[in-house]
Amino acid sequence: MTNHYTDMQNTDVFIVCGSNNAENHPASMRHVNRAREKGAKLVVIDPRFTRTAAIADHYYQMRPGTDIALFGGVINYLLQNDLYNKNYVEEYTNASYLVTPEYDFTDGMFSGFTGEEGPAAYDRASWSYQIEGTTEWDTSEGGTYAWAAGEGVPEFTTPAVPQVAKDPSMQDPNCVMQLMKKHYERYTPETVSRTVGMSESDFLEICEIYASTAADDKSLNWLYAMGITQHSKGSQNVRAKSIIQLLLGNMGIAGGGIAALRGKCNIQGSTDFGLLHNILPGYNPVPSEGGAPTLRAYNEGTSHSGFWANRPRFIVSKLKEFWGEHATVDNDYCFDYLPKLGSKTNYSFMEIFEEAHAGKIKGLFSWGMNPVVGGPNSNHTRSGLAQLDWLVSVDVFENDTSNFWAVPLEEGGEATPENIDTEVFLLPAASHLESEGTITNSGRWAQWRYSALNPIGEALRDGEIMTRLLHAYQEEYAQGGVFPDPIMKLTWDYVDENGNFDSRRVAQAINGYTVEDKQLLTGFGQLQANGTTACMNWIYSGYYNNNDDPLNPAIQPCGARDASDSTVSGLSGGLKQFPQWAFAWPLNRRIVYNRASTYKDTGLARNPERILVQWNGSNWDRNDVPDFAFQRPVGTDPEGNPTFEGIHPENCPAFFMNAEYVARLFAPGMVDGPFAEHYEPYESPIDNPLSGRQTNPAALVFEETSRLGTVSEFPIVASTWRVVEHWQSGTITRNLPYLGEIMPHMFVELSEELAEEKGISTGDKVEVFNNRGTVEVYAMVTRRVKALHVDGRDVHQIGMPWHWGQVGMARGASANTLTPSVGDGNTFIPEYKAFLVDIRKVG
Amino acid sequence: MHEMTRRNFLKVLGTAFAASSLAGLAKPKTGFAAGAETAEFRIKDATETTSICCFCSLGCGGIASVVEGELISFEGDPDSPLNEGGLCSKGAAQLNVVNVYDPETGDLTLNPKRLTKPKYRAAGATEWEEVEWDWIIKRIAEKVKETRDATFETVSNGVTVNRTQAIAHLGCGALPCEDLGPLQKLQRALGIVYIEHQARL
Repeated sequence: MTNHYTDMQNTDVFIVCGSNNAENHPASMRHVNRAREKGAKLVVIDPRFTRTAAIADHYYQMRPGTDIALFGGVINYLLQNDLYNKNYVEEYTNASYLVTPEYDFTDGMFSGFTGEEGPAAYDRASWSYQIEGTTEWDTSEGGTYAWAAGEGVPEFTTPAVPQVAKDPSMQDPNCVMQLMKKHYERYTPETVSRTVGMSESDFLEICEIYASTAADDKSLNWLYAMGITQHSKGSQNVRAKSIIQLLLGNMGIAGGGIAALRGKCNIQGSTDFGLLHNILPGYNPVPSEGGAPTLRAYNEGTSHSGFWANRPRFIVSKLKEFWGEHATVDNDYCFDYLPKLGSKTNYSFMEIFEEAHAGKIKGLFSWGMNPVVGGPNSNHTRSGLAQLDWLVSVDVFENDTSNFWAVPLEEGGEATPENIDTEVFLLPAASHLESEGTITNSGRWAQWRYSALNPIGEALRDGEIMTRLLHAYQEEYAQGGVFPDPIMKLTWDYVDENGNFDSRRVAQAINGYTVEDKQLLTGFGQLQANGTTACMNWIYSGYYNNNDDPLNPAIQPCGARDASDSTVSGLSGGLKQFPQWAFAWPLNRRIVYNRASTYKDTGLARNPERILVQWNGSNWDRNDVPDFAFQRPVGTDPEGNPTFEGIHPENCPAFFMNAEYVARLFAPGMVDGPFAEHYEPYESPIDNPLSGRQTNPAALVFEETSRLGTVSEFPIVASTWRVVEHWQSGTITRNLPYLGEIMPHMFVELSEELAEEKGISTGDKVEVFNNRGTVEVYAMVTRRVKALHVDGRDVHQIGMPWHWGQVGMARGASANTLTPSVGDGNTFIPEYKAFLVDIRKVG
Repeated sequence: MHEMTRRNFLKVLGTAFAASSLAGLAKPKTGFAAGAETAEFRIKDATETTSICCFCSLGCGGIASVVEGELISFEGDPDSPLNEGGLCSKGAAQLNVVNVYDPETGDLTLNPKRLTKPKYRAAGATEWEEVEWDWIIKRIAEKVKETRDATFETVSNGVTVNRTQAIAHLGCGALPCEDLGPLQKLQRALGIVYIEHQARL
């Protein structure tokens, strides 16, 4: 989230599209409702009449997988009618930037198509700015980049800083504004209506609601979750939202932003910590064979401007944390110890199971995960597990993955336990109540969770299991083996005096410390590229920085529990930012991009009622930590404390995570186009009304595995969703008697009309099926689901919760048996939300 | 009441709201339905620890109450500005992650589905076998080393890669950051490049 949960109390309009927060993030409604008490409107756009829709001011139905058609229509409406926030767009976006004349878009295809579909479908060279010239980094003593030339800093050639050509009048046909207008002119109300399955008048109502927040003193917050991301163009769904929020001036302001409501208690943390093939902790890229296989090449990939210019400081400090004294400038700080990705782009979930089927992946750790229920195309996942030599499952309960061998396989015919040769190790983990550490919510608030009791039975804390594994590896490799150094020399000073894993010691490594005397760093500004600092994750630096007692979380920022609605400095608070409750990364900043809440030249707040930061003539008053360098040290006071002077607004750029220091309406970094473009889901009931190109050419598609169906075979649009009583794959919730009692059964929701057509009543057993499998579930006939009127005809839709599996107290069929092995080309997130099925009554 | 059958238990659950005042008076380690009227106030001698809910991404604060080493209650933390004491159905059920009330006796008891021992399933076996930690950790280390060493690539296309593409890792968005940092570090030290978790699912 750019903003955070309690900040929702500052919102004027909520658009809930792609989430059902009343059901899946219930506590968020507390803050939404506070805003509504002050007059805010709640608008829900969803295929189904959800629990959130039931209490909304406005509800609009849409077809799954048509978000970009709808939001492209809104972009077109705002631009054609001049209803966007012009000052904000001029000051804080790349609307005036000139794009190279080679850029083109014709009938659904962007310039640079290589001829081969998939995530690498496009050569993106033509999606770039026109460059007028370059300047160099100043690495001389006292220069901005002096750190890059110091002793101990690994050698690299500093990047040239390009000067981008701009047209402040925004009339040049190659400027971003004109290209964007041209791109979205096809998204007329008529075409939107036909594609989305919404009347033109409903669509125009939505447009007017959006436009009402273009004023400086209005905020719109966009709540989304998996309903937006789980598509073959999920990233571009988010892009479309972001473009609208930028056009309306809703980014970086109190009550605005885009709110990714994430699904697990620490899924923000697990992303931040790089439990992904493509990122190391703190969003530094994983080095690759074809990209940056050496530390020099890695550092030369550093951004020329903006905060990512600091990459050498982050990576060297991380390597010092990984391999400690063994990491020196002479051996490139052990950069070679980091495994490098190969030349292919994809090492994600679906690829793992393809490679398991191919016999290439032989061992799998499934740590707190249940891919059989949670992954797409469940039968394929389960039969893939049967190809493994070994599987390690770490969990608090048995689950469908640990026990996959005990459930007969549907795919692959005769497989029974006797002829599945996979060795399975099931390790009992302590639950969240029996262990401790930081949990980071979607609003980036890292909160320390204390252990309430010791692990039950012989269960062990996860970190303890890791410690024992590492020591066992080291015993094995002490007797010889292939390239043992990264294992033997790994820093693991995370144990207490009794040898037990201690989360508080990890916290110090995450925060960062000086190598020489192990003093905790105050924040990432102190990180060095010369080996004198160690830090596992720069964005968390400052979350655990109190040297008074490094073993006491209660005095650390992440343990802060003062719930005062206070200011940071010089203002009166009252904006529900709670700066003294927990730690929000980075640097306890609650709302990122908050510079954009002020006018660029004066630094005055756009909305005087909701001041986040504001220039007072000599420094910045602050209800939040500024998202820019706002003051510089000038000396010390008589007590020896540092003193500062404010930096004038003209020297305070915004959006400093982007090298351009502006937000990107045109985003050249996406694999599937610099503008969001509508394509149909890979299984769709209609031909794409927006172009001659049916599906996203840069999506990740496993055609053979997916066995995609057509609308003539499977005429019903299907989607998956969730219920408040269960969570994710149900490994935990289906084993809790309280929850099993109140939501025992897997079911499918279908409309009264479809039920009548098929002779189905509530409570009947039905089969939902397609080429990938069949699930037998109970029928729930409901008016929550209605047929969609698309492209001149009615199309039925159904939906199912996906929490059930065959292992646990409350058992049932898994909806993901039916979802395809197709995903977004940027994120590789599967297309769970729009596919085709048919349904029949059993017996 | 001590001879409570499952059916009676569910009947009582049906009027859980009316009975909630009794719940607070039950003996710490006994179900509210079993003799609540004579019991001590349930959390009277409890040790309270602040916690964070394990489910969605709100970060709702909770208070875990423990008596004599047993978890007896999990409630919302009224001090947290995120949930101000409220919990949803899942959040309010967190007691069950550790303990449940036995439908037959009304006694607080460990959730029978919780894993308490390492388990091993040999190739072709039809049942789990309970094993010791030392044995299973060593066996995993042997398998990891066997697979890693047989598939380890030091150089590919002329550059140093130091990886194995034969081992994959999945998980996990429910662990604390202080477990996740070490987890990715441990797997990367082995040379694993297939690293994935629920952020993509």
